[in-house]
Amino acid sequence: MSPVTRILSTLALVVALMGSMLTVIETPIMTLGLFALPVLLVGVLLSILVLAPYRTGLLSGARACAALTGVSLLMAVALLGTVSTYPGAASHGFWAYVLVAWAMAWLSVEELSGLMPQSPLGQRLVALAIPLSFGVWLLILWQLAVVGFGVPRVLLPAPSEIWLRLLSSPQILWEDFRQTFLKAVLIGYALGCGSGFLVAILVDRVPFLRRGLLPIGNLVSALPIIGVAPIMVMWFGFDWPSKAAVVVIMTFFPMLVNTVTGLAAADRIQHDLMHTYAANYRQTLLKMRLPMAMPFIFNALKINSTLALIGAIVAEFFGTPIVGMGFRISTEVGRMNVDMVWASIAVAALAGSLFYGLVTLIERVVTFWHPSVRG
Amino acid sequence: MTEAGTFQTPSRSPFAGLMSGTAGPVIVVVAAIIAIWYLAAVLLNTPFQRDIYQRGGIENPPLAQLVADTLSQPRPVLPAPHQVAEEIWKTTAEKSITSKRSLVYHSGVTLSSTLLGFIIGTGLGIALAIGVVHSRVLDKSLMPWIISSQTIPILAIAPMIIVVLNAIGITGLLPKAMISTYLSFFPVTVGMVKGLRAPEAIQLDLMKTYSSSTAQTLWKLRLPSAMPYLFASMKVGVAASLVGAIVGELPTGAVAGLGARLLAGSYYGQTVQIWSALIVAAVLAAGLVSLIGLTERVVLQRMGMAR
Amino acid sequence: MQPQPADSAARSVIDIAKLSLTFETGDGPVHALSDIDLNIGAGEFVSFIGPSGCGKTTLLRVIADLEAPTGGTISVNGMSPHEARLARAYGYVFQAAALYPWRTIAENIALPLEIMGHSREDREERVRRNMELVDLDGFERKYPWQLSGGMQQRASIARALSFDPDLLLMDEPFGALDEIVRDHLNEQLLKLWAKTDKTVVFVTHSIPEAVFLSTKIVVLCPRPGRIYDIIDNPLPRDRGLDIRETAEFLKVAHRVREGLRAGHSYDD
Repeated sequence: MSPVTRILSTLALVVALMGSMLTVIETPIMTLGLFALPVLLVGVLLSILVLAPYRTGLLSGARACAALTGVSLLMAVALLGTVSTYPGAASHGFWAYVLVAWAMAWLSVEELSGLMPQSPLGQRLVALAIPLSFGVWLLILWQLAVVGFGVPRVLLPAPSEIWLRLLSSPQILWEDFRQTFLKAVLIGYALGCGSGFLVAILVDRVPFLRRGLLPIGNLVSALPIIGVAPIMVMWFGFDWPSKAAVVVIMTFFPMLVNTVTGLAAADRIQHDLMHTYAANYRQTLLKMRLPMAMPFIFNALKINSTLALIGAIVAEFFGTPIVGMGFRISTEVGRMNVDMVWASIAVAALAGSLFYGLVTLIERVVTFWHPSVRG
Repeated sequence: MTEAGTFQTPSRSPFAGLMSGTAGPVIVVVAAIIAIWYLAAVLLNTPFQRDIYQRGGIENPPLAQLVADTLSQPRPVLPAPHQVAEEIWKTTAEKSITSKRSLVYHSGVTLSSTLLGFIIGTGLGIALAIGVVHSRVLDKSLMPWIISSQTIPILAIAPMIIVVLNAIGITGLLPKAMISTYLSFFPVTVGMVKGLRAPEAIQLDLMKTYSSSTAQTLWKLRLPSAMPYLFASMKVGVAASLVGAIVGELPTGAVAGLGARLLAGSYYGQTVQIWSALIVAAVLAAGLVSLIGLTERVVLQRMGMAR
Repeated sequence: MQPQPADSAARSVIDIAKLSLTFETGDGPVHALSDIDLNIGAGEFVSFIGPSGCGKTTLLRVIADLEAPTGGTISVNGMSPHEARLARAYGYVFQAAALYPWRTIAENIALPLEIMGHSREDREERVRRNMELVDLDGFERKYPWQLSGGMQQRASIARALSFDPDLLLMDEPFGALDEIVRDHLNEQLLKLWAKTDKTVVFVTHSIPEAVFLSTKIVVLCPRPGRIYDIIDNPLPRDRGLDIRETAEFLKVAHRVREGLRAGHSYDD
């Protein structure tokens, strides 16, 4: 048992035992203690029953992990139910039990990460379960804090409200997604990456250009290119072509720099080898240098997948027709419809990670031979 | 690259020597970019200029006049480099720093929130990285989220943060700085985790044979080995901070800062103003990155780690 | 079976006369090779041995047209090295296997054949034959990183032999391998040489390796890089690893060591 685990389990046990003396819900018209809330009471009793043997070391390993996870989730359900019945009325006792539930969740992750499953499938499941549990608890705590403290909706909506908004307005969100992602992002991404790649191949043939462009390309990657958005809006109008143009400019330079670097990645022996075969430029490029450059090219593709989405959304802050994710975010913020903003952001986040995930998947197939993939 | 085996014969002409390094080619490429810029300015501004001629009843103006006119429009489609340079000169050197029309003033506004956010973000990033390296739970639960959150368009929530913080009475520097913090914190965390794990097993084993404490290993081995990674990620972080500060200035009703200048310029079609704000932002970014690069060189040299 | 001088003189593969190579560096010229005279006949196995910086690898690279000499003459198969390279006259084995990780072993061995425009059937036939030759049959569909270092180097030898050049140039091919693997590969290389009657030029810094493999040993010494001694190896062509225990072997090894010692200046 590590010191952190010891302290945390002791603290949780003590708080769970002492908590019964505190008020859980306090409103001007009523005051409820633990014993008025049967589900929560059961949860607390089970917590003590699990924490006590865990602290003394009688319970450990996979069984401790399962017990802690189960009881912490039961506690979460009880707490969420309580707080939604009496929103904004949470008192000391309530937060004490939130602490207990969270501590048990942490301890369960601690146990989980200590598990060493034999099968590769088990290892993958554990590797997935840990961040998943973190994400779920982030949402639970967010929900509990917002509802429990009665945070005004304009400030921060609860996850449940964002979820409801996602369910109630799929039409608007889909239209925005189509405008911003399917048009501006994808077209701009394809054009930007494609032209960056082609220019890199050209530049590579002229060492003078390569030496001149590489430092400039590196510098440009650090510049706030997003600032060209107003100019592109002026040149290409309010609709998606101006956003695609911003995306093209933002994705061009990372692709250029990475491809040029990747084409120089082959070492001297590799070049000598092709030289001894009297291979021509095209053969050397296709059979050796391009495959060698693939990890670099995919690095740029991954960076650009994120940049493209940012570019398209921010460019919409400078003027759009009345559709698009960036437009939605900026106007709904103005109207204080924060749940709609968060719903848009959730869609953007999902689209961004799926896009990135797809590129990563293709990378794994193409560069299966690279140490970082095969290892 | 292909003839790496053969040594370069040192050339007699200093000009040829210049061209074989990077300085010469860079200068030539920059000159080419400026030339293309001028050409594009003439081409893009010509249609509007022709309209003016038509309205003024001038037929077939000489080419020299057309070129001169396209390069001196007050609100051109693409301003010529010298127009932008003139505007920058007018709004920096010739205006007092406190004036609302001074670019130095606006740059100062943007720079201060950039730096504040960057410093907080770097501090947070280093602290979190130390936590991640030492806690298995943080490593396994938080790191996947930190990495995958890089794929999320974080900048999209910038306007919301500004508006929400304004709603609860937090205004001025802090909301913008928070966006910068957010943006610079991710690269620093990821870079520092990598850096703190950079020592090889053999070096960690050495510390173990001295039965050194976790803190001693951190101070004497992990942190020094993480320095190159820290500087590399700080360069990314400071650039991201600046972008964050500029984007953070967009929804505040365009009061002050380079982002506000961009937005005001786009409202009123003041292309020269947009371009000069853009160039100044670029100079600022380049300056900040090279400042960190300079610090990196000095620090790594003093630590004997310079390559 | 001794190599016949008359025969090798008649079919000389490499002729080098008064060859020199000087690199211009910031600290002034470096004489990598100076005044090299050497003839290598067909079917010979010649080793270049010497301390680092003696120019043995440079000399091999000059033969392969990977480096251009600054003086003297050299011909390979009666042509200039450049023409010989364009005619694909030699196979070159590098210090590292340099196999492409995205190609299977069979595809790696087929690489030069693809570049030289062989037909698909011909490629498959040659790959099969050469994989058998280096004892790698059964590993066609493996990737290089799934193989041991010794197997990778064998694959790279098969790759060099795949287009059937008469001349095999090898630059410390077993330098990175451990001694047990190295002994085994040396034995295999000798068998392979006997089977194919190629001309082999072999760079090494190991005395036993040079003596065990070669019909002729060229001892080089540094500053400037030059030939100190050329030793005709009297050992029979057909030899096993045990020959290294014989007095004759030790005598040749002694002469090589003497040459290396005398040629090496200990002034630094």
